[in-house]
Amino acid sequence: MKKGVDIFVEGLLREGVEIIFGYPGGVLIPIYDRLYDAPIKHVLPRHEQAGAHAADGYARASGKVGVCMATSGPGATNLVTGIATAYMDSSPIVAFTGQVATALIGGDAFQEADITGITRPITKHNYLVQDVDELPKIIAEAFYIARTGRPGPVLVDLPKDISLGQTENDFPEQIDIPGYKPTIIGNKKQIKLAAEQIKKAKRPVIYIGGGVIISNAHEEVKELAEKYNIPVTSTLMGLGGFPGDHRLFMGMIGMHGTAAANLAVHHCDLLIAIGARFDDRVTGRTETFSPHSKIIHIDIDPASIYKIIKVDIPIVGDAKNILEELLHILEESKCELNTIEWLNQIEKWKKENPLTYKKQKGKIKPQFVVEEIYRLTKGNAIITTEVGQNQMWAAQFYKFTKPRQFISSGGLGTMGFGLPAAIGAQFARPGELVIDIAGDGSIQMNIQELTTLKAHNLPVKIIVLNNNYLGMVRQWQQLFFNKRYSQTDLHTNPDFGKVAEAFGIKGVTIKEEEEVRDALNYTLNYEGPILLNILVDEEENVFPMVPAGASNIDMIRGDN
Amino acid sequence: MLHTITVLVENKSGVLARIAGLFAGRGYNILSLAVAETENPNLSRMTITASGDDMEIEQICKQLNKLINVIKVNDVTVQEHIARELLLVKLNVTKETRTSILEIVNIFEAKVIDLTENTMTIQAIASPSKISNLIKNLKNFGIKELSRTGRIAILRG
Repeated sequence: MKKGVDIFVEGLLREGVEIIFGYPGGVLIPIYDRLYDAPIKHVLPRHEQAGAHAADGYARASGKVGVCMATSGPGATNLVTGIATAYMDSSPIVAFTGQVATALIGGDAFQEADITGITRPITKHNYLVQDVDELPKIIAEAFYIARTGRPGPVLVDLPKDISLGQTENDFPEQIDIPGYKPTIIGNKKQIKLAAEQIKKAKRPVIYIGGGVIISNAHEEVKELAEKYNIPVTSTLMGLGGFPGDHRLFMGMIGMHGTAAANLAVHHCDLLIAIGARFDDRVTGRTETFSPHSKIIHIDIDPASIYKIIKVDIPIVGDAKNILEELLHILEESKCELNTIEWLNQIEKWKKENPLTYKKQKGKIKPQFVVEEIYRLTKGNAIITTEVGQNQMWAAQFYKFTKPRQFISSGGLGTMGFGLPAAIGAQFARPGELVIDIAGDGSIQMNIQELTTLKAHNLPVKIIVLNNNYLGMVRQWQQLFFNKRYSQTDLHTNPDFGKVAEAFGIKGVTIKEEEEVRDALNYTLNYEGPILLNILVDEEENVFPMVPAGASNIDMIRGDN
Repeated sequence: MLHTITVLVENKSGVLARIAGLFAGRGYNILSLAVAETENPNLSRMTITASGDDMEIEQICKQLNKLINVIKVNDVTVQEHIARELLLVKLNVTKETRTSILEIVNIFEAKVIDLTENTMTIQAIASPSKISNLIKNLKNFGIKELSRTGRIAILRG
């Protein structure tokens, strides 16, 4: 006979879990008692939401499943934003929540919330454990579901009496879930059709998404692009899936993408979408998206296909597996593409419309800060971001060359993600430089995590691009709402440098452009955690920009 | 267009909520839903009727398939299938109307299952269109209460 709490710990160890981001509470006391001397590291965030984001950041930086835990009721509901964030970006996490004893469920007990009901639409799957005999199987299934197929969050709700209960059941040797059989191998016939299209293409474009990173298909993408001279664009989630400094890379696609990428996708005759889902921030107006092309769509989730855009050749399966087969077929059939004219055209678009900004005396341009971070880190840092202008400038001006190097909330767009995600990433990759590029609005949404940095002396560097506004909303208000800055003025911000000092970590504030290089040098070389608060040009905008609902070629270039 | 989708699911608590929630959360229109255990007590079969264009219905089926507790999804609309509904309807009756109602009951091969001085309750098992037609015919007599199951369906052969 084994106790529920022993099964819990054994289950985590079987899955290779090294770290839990968790917060105790009444119904979790038996589990926390068992964890007290268990060989698993436990990190205490100062808010459960940050625990979920940290598990997510850990998962994205490592490729392993992240684990978070919270108590019943408010602890569990505080995880919700973090779980939804992981769901939208297909990040594998397992969230354990405490629950009131099974006999009390449904009676509005103290700290009771129907968390499986609440998280049903934002988890890949969830479980309420009703019998301790099922616990080993449920834990094994939860991890299996989280990491396989299109990954995602799984929640396991553990009533207190289940933790204390006893069972003779052991973990299953093999997982067999009748309703869950993800397709990994792509349909050969479809892959052959795709190869035929590629051979005929004159103006092909590869469009990669986060799926390339999840599937570890970056080498295959590179081979496909280089062998056949096909230019590449990426979604926000795909950044790092193809080297950002590569001659064939056109930059990001979509709302804040480069003109070259948007023009190329508009004028191409073949669009090869790999691990991407045609999000509205990518397509702009769908009716006019890539109007002249045949579209090949490679995705592991059958529901991603035909969801937004009608495609010509759908291929369901794992991107790496499919690309291996595709490369093999192209090689065998001695495919040769002549795209010189097309690449020249793209080169022209790149030259005519570079990502740029106007320097102004006496003002620190946020883009300049990101460029300098890129230069000083030689493109090797792990960058997390918050959401808004800071995120877009980081995506535009830092050239990501490796997968799992850019960690950002793309789908849900969660402010407050960057700092806890940086904590998770730093635990996943302890020797590496982790930087949270933040905004002054977002950083306040999980600023309590400065304590977690302090507690573990985590050398995360936080760089706040502080414009004293909710910048992205302010930008929309400036462009589309006649500069009526409704509720976006944050001039009552605290002094973030001093805030950091109060939390016991180094804090620095700068206001002058001349200080940027030295301050960044100091920050990036500082040994422990540090927050650099940079007062940037307050009304700087992110360009280019495709207005919501417009076609991608109708970009606003800005006054840069 | 109206589609009839059968869904084989694990017979576990919360599964109906997952399916109903999927329709509500993604803005799909559910017109009827019938569910009960199959010959295997671990499995239930749901019959859902939903409306939408082809892309929408395809998306509904794919999203249903993504649910871990869903084992099989089948849009039977385009295949040869038999669909039935059960109707229970209570009518106001008088001496004058009784014979006319009974005539309709006979034509539609329905059945009288309860009778009082002022009411008559009729049961009918038929295709959804025939059930609708029967209701149309009975409307003028004054329907006191009506309950229909929503369709269940099975493939031919």
